Amino acid sequence: MYKILKYSFSDLIRSRWTFVYAGFYLIFTLALLWLSNDLSKVTITLMNVVLVLVPLIATMFGIMYYYNSREFTELLLAQPIKRTSIFLGQYLGVALSLTASLLVGVGVPFILYGIFLSGEIFNFSTVLLMGIFLSFIFSAIAFFIALKNENRIRGFGIGILVWLLLAVVYDGLFLLLLAVFSDYPIDDFAMGASMLNPIDLSRILILLKLDISALMGYTGAVFQKFFGGPMGMLVAFSTLLAWIMVPVWRIRRVASKKDF
Amino acid sequence: MITIQHLHKKFGKNEVLKGIDLHFDQPGIIAVLGPNGSGKTTLIKCLLGMVLPDSGCICLDGENISGKWTYRERLSYLPQIARFPENLTPRELFSMVKDLRQSPASNEELIRLFDLQPHLDKRLSNLSGGTRQKINLVLAFMYDTPYLILDEPTAGLDPVAMLHLKELIWREKQRGKTILITTHIMGFVEDMADEIIFLLEGTIHFRGGLRTLKEQFKEPTLEKAIASMMLQQKGKAIAVKDMEPMAMPTASPLPADN
Repeated sequence: MYKILKYSFSDLIRSRWTFVYAGFYLIFTLALLWLSNDLSKVTITLMNVVLVLVPLIATMFGIMYYYNSREFTELLLAQPIKRTSIFLGQYLGVALSLTASLLVGVGVPFILYGIFLSGEIFNFSTVLLMGIFLSFIFSAIAFFIALKNENRIRGFGIGILVWLLLAVVYDGLFLLLLAVFSDYPIDDFAMGASMLNPIDLSRILILLKLDISALMGYTGAVFQKFFGGPMGMLVAFSTLLAWIMVPVWRIRRVASKKDF
Repeated sequence: MITIQHLHKKFGKNEVLKGIDLHFDQPGIIAVLGPNGSGKTTLIKCLLGMVLPDSGCICLDGENISGKWTYRERLSYLPQIARFPENLTPRELFSMVKDLRQSPASNEELIRLFDLQPHLDKRLSNLSGGTRQKINLVLAFMYDTPYLILDEPTAGLDPVAMLHLKELIWREKQRGKTILITTHIMGFVEDMADEIIFLLEGTIHFRGGLRTLKEQFKEPTLEKAIASMMLQQKGKAIAVKDMEPMAMPTASPLPADN
């Protein structure tokens, strides 16, 4: 698996798209830092971009990589290599190269700015950490979708749909429900619902870290009470891990039963 | 030794393999023939573990291959369509496969044999179909494995390369290997094969030597024997008989049979 990972990673890290992706973050972060002197504001803006863009790019990139490396995969399948390690190696290659782009693109400007000397370092690392989680989660989902669908158009379509659902539609429905049922005690429901979406969960964890949960009103206070404690943190991170493990488990299953 | 028992495979509603039983224990060249869509490639991919059969089992040297992967160290495979990672060069591709397989490989001689030196540092996407097929051949022949599986090895090769390929296959046969070949070029089969397996609609219709096949169908050439077998299967045996007088004058009296 490590060899496949090595080849996928070195293949991807040289790819044009990785450079475009890292370059975008680099320019965007530099511009933010240049335009504003308030590090916490920059962090919040960055959070909003990361939470939307990372899932989108990871989904598209994962699906694209799977389809583009069909030839490589077919070559590997005839070699004495375990099937699941081919796909897990490729998946980790994608996830790690996305993570590297994110770390370089966002990290370098902040280091240049002197983040290590600032108190914002923890908030900033929370954003990065969530970005890494989301990269792993959504590229796993992408690989699962691509493995399931031979037809590229269908694969990309489903990928975009999943991203749209989790990044946009889910939030809308969630807020709508909160507004409609604001007279009822639905905190438990709200908490459960936010767990079911990795993007929402990441956002909550970052906002709590940024100490602006007051902006979220009463629900924010409930979240603060739960996720602020050690038990809540444990639950939150286990949920994020589960969001990686479940798609990976599905990838293993589909990969070991598929005909090529 | 390869043993295949009651192999069934369906793709959706399309039943590709309908109970294949095969047993090879002698080294030699076995030609797997059959019309397009008769299940040749599916059978080979089952052997490689790329296609998973619905039922039945395949044993290689007494070991059931289902769910295993180490047995592929004993197989070399030439895929039907030469598809490679496009942004690599042949040199990188060879070293990558060597790195992945971790067993002694000898590709220098093969590269010289197929005149590939000038192409070693070009991107694979810029190479012609014939050159890609040669690279495919190098990848298949660079390992010393007891089993060789060649799916349409002649596709796109020029006459010189074809000759080299035949020599290569003969040489491997001399080394006591079992070589499975699928092809549509009957001349190639007549020159090379020790045994013929004829697949039709997912079942084995004939298995035996060249001569047996020709005698059984009373035809002078393999091509005609195969054609009449296919037509007979469609219940058109009479039509073949009618065609015979027209085709006979051009056919010389059986030189290949001796």
